[in-house]
Amino acid sequence: MTYTDFTIGAPIADTAAPEGPIETRWERRRFGVKLVNPANKRKMKIIVVGTGLAGGSAAASLAELGYQVSSFCYQDSPRRAHSIAAQGGINAAKNYRNDGDSVHRLFYDTVKGGDFRSRESNVHRLAEISLQIIDQCVAQGVPFAREYGGLLDNRSFGGAQVSRTFYAKGQTGQQLLLGAYQALERQIDAGGVTMYSRHEMLELIIVDGRARGIVARDLVTGETTSHLADAVVLASGGYGNVFYLSTNAKGCNVTAGWRAHRKGALFANPCYTQIHPTCIPVSGDHQSKLTLMSESLRNDGRVWVPQKGGDTRAPGDIPEAERDYFLERQYPAFGNLVPRDIASRAAKNVCDAGRGVGPTGLGVYLDFADAIARLGRPAVAAKYGNLFQMYQRITGEDPYSVPMRIFPAVHYTMGGLWVDYDLQSTIPGLFVVGEANFSDHGANRLGASALMQGLADGYFVLPNTIGDYLAGSRLTPVAHDAPAVVAAEADVAQRVETLLSIDGNRTVDSFHRELGHLMWDHCGMERTDAGLRKALDRIPELRHEFWSSVKVPGSAATLNQSLEKAGRVADFLELAELMCLDALHRTESCGGHFRAESQTDDGEAARDDDHFSYVAAWGYAGEGNAPVLHKEDLQFTYVHPSQRSYK
Amino acid sequence: MRLNLRIWRQDGPNDKGKLIGYRVDDADEDMSFLELLDVLNEKLILDGDEPVAFDHDCREGICGACSMVINGQPHGPQKATTTCQLHLRHFHDGETITIEPFRAGAFPVVRDLVVDRGAFDRIIASGGYISAPTGAAPDAHAVPVPKPQADRAFTAAACIGCGACVAACPNGSASLFLGAKITHLGELPQGQPERDSRVVRMVQAHDDEGFGGCTNTGECAVACPKEIPLDVISQLNRDYLHATTTRR
Ligand SMILES: Cc1cc2nc3c(=O)[nH]c(=O)nc-3n(C[C@H](O)[C@H](O)[C@H](O)COP(=O)(O)OP(=O)(O)OC[C@H]3O[C@@H](n4cnc5c(N)ncnc54)[C@H](O)[C@@H]3O)c2cc1C
Ligand code: SF4
Ligand code: FES
Repeated sequence: MTYTDFTIGAPIADTAAPEGPIETRWERRRFGVKLVNPANKRKMKIIVVGTGLAGGSAAASLAELGYQVSSFCYQDSPRRAHSIAAQGGINAAKNYRNDGDSVHRLFYDTVKGGDFRSRESNVHRLAEISLQIIDQCVAQGVPFAREYGGLLDNRSFGGAQVSRTFYAKGQTGQQLLLGAYQALERQIDAGGVTMYSRHEMLELIIVDGRARGIVARDLVTGETTSHLADAVVLASGGYGNVFYLSTNAKGCNVTAGWRAHRKGALFANPCYTQIHPTCIPVSGDHQSKLTLMSESLRNDGRVWVPQKGGDTRAPGDIPEAERDYFLERQYPAFGNLVPRDIASRAAKNVCDAGRGVGPTGLGVYLDFADAIARLGRPAVAAKYGNLFQMYQRITGEDPYSVPMRIFPAVHYTMGGLWVDYDLQSTIPGLFVVGEANFSDHGANRLGASALMQGLADGYFVLPNTIGDYLAGSRLTPVAHDAPAVVAAEADVAQRVETLLSIDGNRTVDSFHRELGHLMWDHCGMERTDAGLRKALDRIPELRHEFWSSVKVPGSAATLNQSLEKAGRVADFLELAELMCLDALHRTESCGGHFRAESQTDDGEAARDDDHFSYVAAWGYAGEGNAPVLHKEDLQFTYVHPSQRSYK
Repeated sequence: MRLNLRIWRQDGPNDKGKLIGYRVDDADEDMSFLELLDVLNEKLILDGDEPVAFDHDCREGICGACSMVINGQPHGPQKATTTCQLHLRHFHDGETITIEPFRAGAFPVVRDLVVDRGAFDRIIASGGYISAPTGAAPDAHAVPVPKPQADRAFTAAACIGCGACVAACPNGSASLFLGAKITHLGELPQGQPERDSRVVRMVQAHDDEGFGGCTNTGECAVACPKEIPLDVISQLNRDYLHATTTRR
């Protein structure tokens, strides 16, 4: 069964955001929400799936408000959520540098950076909340970098011309997550949160049209159990691992979101993928993941390739005059600091032209020689020491003396479950926060803004908006033997049993790798009509082969990591098809979605606002049926859409 | 390159477990150590065997999930390097490598190389935080923090909670882990109000979980992939002494 076809459904609108002046929308929304009285909060139960920045901060904050929270993660500890790996920093419009920053500028930069495919209301709120996030984290003891006077240090990051990025060496995500994790542990100790580590959500439970619980598998005992609640929050992260190789942690997956999608939640803009320009290139077939080299390196490193293709001299032997600092040449205003989508594609183009470096030809140099000459080695080491070390560990080369080799890699997914201004999906009672939702970043995310969004959602937005739903819905208790619960449990058991019983001749990883190649080739940095159609032909076949010849050893009643992977890859095999379909239907280029057919004369992305200024929210129509496209029109009142230019 | 592996296999917490020998013929020096296990596991699966279970996630040395004792050393031979960041260029062709789980009374084996480190979470829950409910924070610049203190707090906060320190310690003590959190929060002005109660509760939780006492062997700091300095343990002891001998 293949489909390159879809049907158009009714348009969709975000009715939760107030109209009127953008500066006061969030304030007015907070005033407009119904409140739950404290005595009732204690009786209400909320499930939060995920303990990253979004889920950890949400679970802790909801418990502080008095709700009973159940928190889930697949790792052995909530502290290991993938947010821990974020390196570079977190944005906030504090204007501590007096360099012209403001809430409005952060709002403007983010809408523009998202290539005019995000909602103004959401982005403005994000920029406003950014101020409080830093305050909150400092109060928790997050050890941000400081200056000698004791005040917080900032740097400019990922295409911003002001210094608004707060950081903790190259470990900002770790320190922010530990702050949220410690707040979460505090609530666990206080009895407000029940923690389910090594538990994986495998199904959403819907009763009378509302999200009322999940089915989760205890990854140690193998037991699957239903957990019931008044509302469910998904904070399950992004789906970059559909590409097999990405900078995401190995366990990152789409299962929680995809299961919800199959049960009715719309999935928005699945094709918007961020390819990060500065990652360590692939070294061989055994490669299991890609490592990001923080983008902050582009503040001091210069990107270049030899002018002539096939130049095999060592980088140090290539004279200045025979080097092409292609970003500085093509984008004199921003130079090495152009946004990610632009830097990545420029690197791809020079490699496609045969000028790439390293053993595979898929790499460009990131050179610190000038920075070392200008600032001295100790200053460079103080800024980037840990990143240099990481690079050396992986490649065996010393970046102080030989330029780094970097290549773009899949890093972040802007798409995700559709949510309204309240972060509620199209299933009442199902909220989605962090990278798992589609909000705020449009078609391209700016550096240091995912951490900001995750924490904004979890600390400040959701705790304010979820009460409106809970206060406004009269929910009756659901019994563990209610038909919807029993059916969801049975579905999970059936799926697990099927996966174990196929006993074919190919491993889960081999399917995942093949899917990844296919997606990278056809739904990666550059997409074409023909390529996407090829992928859309192959994915259903691959899925069929998976379900007839995968080999999953072991049993369901123990820790079985092959089984965990199999379930995740099965869902990726479905998501991949929707991603390609979304990419095929969007014949414009925008942000991380570059359609070769839609470019300007000088090779830049050409948007088509007349036809595509909308969010593509896809509905599931059952196995084998064409998905339904619901369009949410985007209005721009404050930032006028223009062709992005970084020249 | 060709490597001989002796890997600890144990079906479950109640199984006795033993070392089993395997051979990987097509290892490559650019592979990471976990990629070596991936290659072995792919082969085991196709041969109808069960793959080796091991914890891992980020594979870039920051989540703290990976946890193996390699040739007797937690995280293996390379200084300041987690298992996932260790590459095969540090081993030689034909070498025999022994791989075991992090062993400690407080870290029961779940399966093969996977252990239960839940005790670490419970230690943090007992007091490893600053009570700052969401929304209650003053402006971030309201309280300047001198850079040396901020830097020391950061150095200690870099702990990834992997447990190598415990696996390395002859007493199975988690003092380095505990001292790191005490030092991180105790260095900061925001951490002062709870400083005494924190250390008392966390030490109690540490002992209750069955971790041993510290006898200053220093093995923990040698094994620590994040180079958490040994002086965090002195800090822990000072803070504990202060909290238990004075009343504020
Ligand atoms: C290497 C790297 C560096 C980055 N650097 C930056 C940066 O400098 N600045 C920035 O702003 N952003 C950065 N990002 C992006 C940012 O880190 C992420 O977008 C963000 O942390 C996502 O947070 P989250 O809370 O949404 O999800 P995650 O942190 O991914 O957490 C997901 C959680 O969901 C759980 N989960 C998932 N599925 C299930 C399931 N089925 N059942 C149970 N639990 C489940 C997981 O256990 C985990 O707890 C970086 C990303 C990467 C990969
Ligand atoms: S102190 Fe070091 S060895 Fe111990 S848990 Fe922390 S990072 Fe791991
Ligand atoms: S897998 Fe995350 S630290 Fe090794």
